[in-house]
Amino acid sequence: MLDKADQLFVLLKDWLVGYLPGGWQQPAGVVLGVIGIVAVYPTLFATAVLMERKGLGRMQNRLGPNRVGPFGILQPIADAIKSLTKEDIVPLNADAMVHFLAPVVLVVVAFMGFAVLPVGRNMVLVDMDASLLFYFAMGASTELSIFMAGWSSRNKYSLLGAMRAVAQMISYEVPLLLSSVTIVMMTGSLSLVKIVDAQNQYTWGLPHWYIFTPWGCAAFVMYAIAATAETNRSPFDLPEGESELVAGYFTEYSGFKFALFFLGEYLGMLSISGLGTTLFLGGWSAPFAFLAWVPSWIWFFSKVMLSIVVLIWVRGTLPRLRQDQLMNFAWKFVLPMTLLNLMVAAVWRFMGEGLLRWIVCSAILVVVFVAAGRAGMGRKHFGPRSYRYAD
Amino acid sequence: MLGEGILKGLAETAKNFAGSYVSAERLTTVQYPEQRIPTAEAARVFPFLVYDGTDWEAGMRCVACQICEKECPPKCIYIEKSKDKKPDYVGKMQIYPARFDIDISVCMSCQICVEVCPFEAIKMDTDFELSTTDRFGGLLYDRKELARSNEYYHKIHPTEAAEVDARLAEEKAKVEAKAKAAAEAAAAKAAAPQGAKAAAPAPGKPGAGE
Amino acid sequence: MSFVFWLIAALTVAGGLAAVLLKNLVHCALALTIAFLGLALLFLQLDAQFAGFAQILVYVGAVAILVVFAILLTRSSEIPKDGGIFSRTWVTGLVIAAAVFAMLGWAVLQSVPGLPHESAAPAASVQQIGWALMGRYVLPLEIVALLLTAALIGAVIVAMHEKEGAKER
Repeated sequence: MLDKADQLFVLLKDWLVGYLPGGWQQPAGVVLGVIGIVAVYPTLFATAVLMERKGLGRMQNRLGPNRVGPFGILQPIADAIKSLTKEDIVPLNADAMVHFLAPVVLVVVAFMGFAVLPVGRNMVLVDMDASLLFYFAMGASTELSIFMAGWSSRNKYSLLGAMRAVAQMISYEVPLLLSSVTIVMMTGSLSLVKIVDAQNQYTWGLPHWYIFTPWGCAAFVMYAIAATAETNRSPFDLPEGESELVAGYFTEYSGFKFALFFLGEYLGMLSISGLGTTLFLGGWSAPFAFLAWVPSWIWFFSKVMLSIVVLIWVRGTLPRLRQDQLMNFAWKFVLPMTLLNLMVAAVWRFMGEGLLRWIVCSAILVVVFVAAGRAGMGRKHFGPRSYRYAD
Repeated sequence: MLGEGILKGLAETAKNFAGSYVSAERLTTVQYPEQRIPTAEAARVFPFLVYDGTDWEAGMRCVACQICEKECPPKCIYIEKSKDKKPDYVGKMQIYPARFDIDISVCMSCQICVEVCPFEAIKMDTDFELSTTDRFGGLLYDRKELARSNEYYHKIHPTEAAEVDARLAEEKAKVEAKAKAAAEAAAAKAAAPQGAKAAAPAPGKPGAGE
Repeated sequence: MSFVFWLIAALTVAGGLAAVLLKNLVHCALALTIAFLGLALLFLQLDAQFAGFAQILVYVGAVAILVVFAILLTRSSEIPKDGGIFSRTWVTGLVIAAAVFAMLGWAVLQSVPGLPHESAAPAASVQQIGWALMGRYVLPLEIVALLLTAALIGAVIVAMHEKEGAKER
């Protein structure tokens, strides 16, 4: 029975598809999967938006929206109606075609990324050998749409925001890829389904998730930093910084196009959390062996929403990074650490089983991290400021 | 260690989040309009005219001296004097304003009119929920709309009203004392001519009795 | 030569034509991106997954952005004033293009061993590519890596010198 609950959507799809003749079954199955994705992820988007507004409010000692429905639950609907009914203003000098295409490209590419995430046991839309590469290919196309948005508005500030956003995304693309490559190296396959299967084993009741290994934990931290930067979230949200650049690259967008950008951004967040869950947190596998009776897709979505909660938490806590601080951090700290992490993963692989490899790998990572951190902070002086003239 | 500050920050935010459900200190939101914070006593929004007693026309303290109209910086007060007179709180006959208009879309709540009024006739109100759908007429208050009783004044500015009342009562007492003394003097004088022929050598007595 | 192939080929050719015929330079860059995408789709249609996705990742994700940045930073996105996007020596250009096409076509036709069998598509999986890179082709790999590093360092040095040059002024 619990098996049935686990495979609920697969069985549902098989039953529905069974009504069609043989040749049509596979395309129909794919179409049903696509419908499932288009139904589920925007719902998660609405939930994430609501969680963000209420959560940020509570963290900032205030209530979030609480008027539209009990505890503000229907607020996303109010937001949707608002953005659909607002006037769609396109600046006179703007490049109308590119201006229109930019949010469309963003949303299309964001949805494509969901196609390869294994949501549950046997529940992935497309199972390719190189699915991780496909995912990153889609992620790279996001930058193009941001650039299109910023340039087509014919607005200095939009262009500036777009340039900053693209520079930031390109810089953090490399640590993102390298930390994922560590996982690929240790699994031996680029296929996300195989990566989750490799983590679905238990030793003494504890799972084999990659986050519980030294190199996996370090890779996870760097993946998290890079993912926050890729999706332009605080503390890396200078491109859309409200206090600096109006709204950055989507200044000139109003109404439904703005809603599409918003949707694209949150879908990107969901999708990159989904990938992080798959790579590091074991995808749809349960945390303990005795909890394996809970359906796999519940675990996957819980982990994704937990990642979203952490993203919101970080947004409510940290101040924004300046552009040069951001780039310095990417190229001078995160990138060398990811390369080191690759080497540590290789050391792990060739040292053989046992406690020694845990100690050695953890020691290498911690020592270098602390040393690099101290060296980086050496030039800064923290403490009460003293002013020469204003006393 | 690098990243320590971030963890401390995350802990603080988490405390805020969790604490907002349990303690009022971490959730300071007042859900207007169901809940309201009481306004401070010295709050000032727009002026109103004070009247004593129950009849707003008879008890209005304003004597149309037009000092507030002249002193008002954005010139939002418009006064027209009356042709007749009515008695004020001490009984003296004073003119009163036939028109007293304040345009509250112009008024900047500086309280100068209150500070210069010698008759304690105009004071600052604390009511701010004044929105109206009529952009021009609805924001021009005439003297009927501006009139508020002294009891209302006590309610919104208790200490100030008590002080004003004390001062006015003192003034009234002084005037009454003077009037009584004058009446006694007049009575004495009225009685004096009859006794003056009889008490001619004593004219210094009333003078010494001052 | 299925219907899908013609569709993708039409997209690629349209993108390429638009890239040379459009007036606005940034539009040309975006049309070039469509041409790259078309090429990637062709790779995918031939079951070369790694090549297809790498094409998207590298070309669409990085090279297109680079082209656009270059256009914007050198401010040549204005429409040419004399209205001519066709150069005056177009005959020479046509001749050279025809010669290159003929050479490439001859090379391709020479290497194809007759009609392809639909069933014997070589499965170039990622693992095989990895083995080939690290085994047989490791020397070219290392040389390309050195070349890329040299290009990167050179770019940084050129940029640094420009900054110093600007400071001197």
